[in-house]
Amino acid sequence: MSAPGTAPSAGGGANAPAATPLGVTPRRVLRSEWIKLTTLRSTWLTFAVAVALMIGLGLLMAWLTVGEWASMTEVERAQEQAGQRVLAGRLFAQLAIGVVGVIAITGEYATGMIRATLAAVPRRLPVLWAKLGLFGAVTFVVMSAASFAAFFAGNRILAEHWQFSISDPGALRVVVMTGVTLTAVCLLGTALGFVLRNTAAAISAIVSIVLVLPILGQVAPRVAQYLPSGAMGALVTPTPQPDVLAPWPALLLLGAYVAAAIAAAVFTLTRRDA
Amino acid sequence: MIEVQDLTKRYGDRLAVDALSFTVRPGLVTGFLGPNGAGKSTTMRMIAGLDRPTAGRALVNGRPYAEHRAPLREVGLLLEAKAVHTSRSARDHLRALAATHGIDDRRVERLIELAGLREVARKRAGGFSLGMGQRLGIAAALLGDPATVILDEPVNGLDPEGVLWVRTLLRELAAEGRTVFLSSHLMSEMALTADHLVVVGRGRLIADLPVAELTARETTVLVRSPEAAVLTGHLLAEQATVAAVEQGLLEVGGLDAAAIGALAHRHGLPLHELTPRRASLEEAFMELTRDSVEYRAGVAA
Repeated sequence: MSAPGTAPSAGGGANAPAATPLGVTPRRVLRSEWIKLTTLRSTWLTFAVAVALMIGLGLLMAWLTVGEWASMTEVERAQEQAGQRVLAGRLFAQLAIGVVGVIAITGEYATGMIRATLAAVPRRLPVLWAKLGLFGAVTFVVMSAASFAAFFAGNRILAEHWQFSISDPGALRVVVMTGVTLTAVCLLGTALGFVLRNTAAAISAIVSIVLVLPILGQVAPRVAQYLPSGAMGALVTPTPQPDVLAPWPALLLLGAYVAAAIAAAVFTLTRRDA
Repeated sequence: MIEVQDLTKRYGDRLAVDALSFTVRPGLVTGFLGPNGAGKSTTMRMIAGLDRPTAGRALVNGRPYAEHRAPLREVGLLLEAKAVHTSRSARDHLRALAATHGIDDRRVERLIELAGLREVARKRAGGFSLGMGQRLGIAAALLGDPATVILDEPVNGLDPEGVLWVRTLLRELAAEGRTVFLSSHLMSEMALTADHLVVVGRGRLIADLPVAELTARETTVLVRSPEAAVLTGHLLAEQATVAAVEQGLLEVGGLDAAAIGALAHRHGLPLHELTPRRASLEEAFMELTRDSVEYRAGVAA
């Protein structure tokens, strides 16, 4: 603690940080958000959980499938497709990734940090773009790696009875799209966090979208294919199926959902008081 | 320099800030004073572009806050203690804010030192006391070496040493030619720190005047005399106002102590006490805001 009365000048003159022109730039906002991301343990823990679920459940599913071999019919054995079982961890990893996306912003609203953030970047939108870009990019890199790891490691277990390869029809797309759909969940989470400004509310919303709606959708598969979960499911389905969208329309639909959520976030962030 | 022009904020049917206009000049410590709920924090948030005014506008150093290319360089803000992510360390918090303006780590370290946060810089800000949170907030406010500093209740929760530190710091910032604007609901704190006062109540401007002017008004003299009744007659003849406080004790307005002493001497009246009584700032403040306190103690609704 500094002793009373000895406070040196707060800055001023020669020691002022005037060496480089000071000003807010998109790069600097991105750098700031990177510091925020890397200095919160909760973010990394949640990413670790997502990776563990993605790979761990993939291996577990592969192992259980191998165990079922003896009791499966010929038809059932032939129905197994590349990447179906070993990437099943996606369904659980998306919950953790949704949380990562949500707390990227709701943590700031919960603590009041948002006012410090927006005072530093009063134009506000650069903060939204930086968070979406950064969390989206990190999720894509981390979860794509996890997806490839789950695919190759899982298939080594399945290799006892099934010979799957990344060059099988649709296999590479399914592995890549697993990373893409998880990135979409992260972006949806962040956008919902900006709109709702509350951790519990935003997590409930993202869980509803990825978990609850698809369960309700089971009664009407024809409608359910157009839900965000339907679009994501279509992207990780290796070969065409009834009531499942083709990959390109599914990707466009998912992109539209993400864009709509981001538009709502832009509206909330720019119009509402901080 | 802060220029507030007809600033108004309405929440539903409640006017939190009602056509407020005032100017905060550089080189002075200006106190923003008013009872709790008078609209001080809302006004400060609007100045900082965090809340959108219903009407009117606020300019900082000649422009709306949001239009500055390097806002931290123009304005240092402490709007509430602990506008900090609780899980992040004090140093990382400052680094993240500094990064938005390309402010380097040396400056961050300097402010950690200045604010007396060296010992706790690596600790989670969530575990900070209110006083430590205030110090961190002040360090954050000074990151960009701003020409204008806006602080909402900066001494709230500080220990006496911290209060003295803030007071000294603010006086130095003003002496360097910066604009210093701080709010408080405590007149006594303002008396020690501020040069100028902007007083608000129920969102309206009540007074905008130098501290010295506020304390100078309403001076009375306490006069104790065994001949109080006789003296009262002579005082009234001199156009003074006289109030009997108790048996043999008068409170006299309109004449200073020297004039009263001379008057008593001329008429051969003994005096036992002659005490000039300056209205304290608290009294002056209570007087000013009497009609605008939102919830008055002891008044049944």
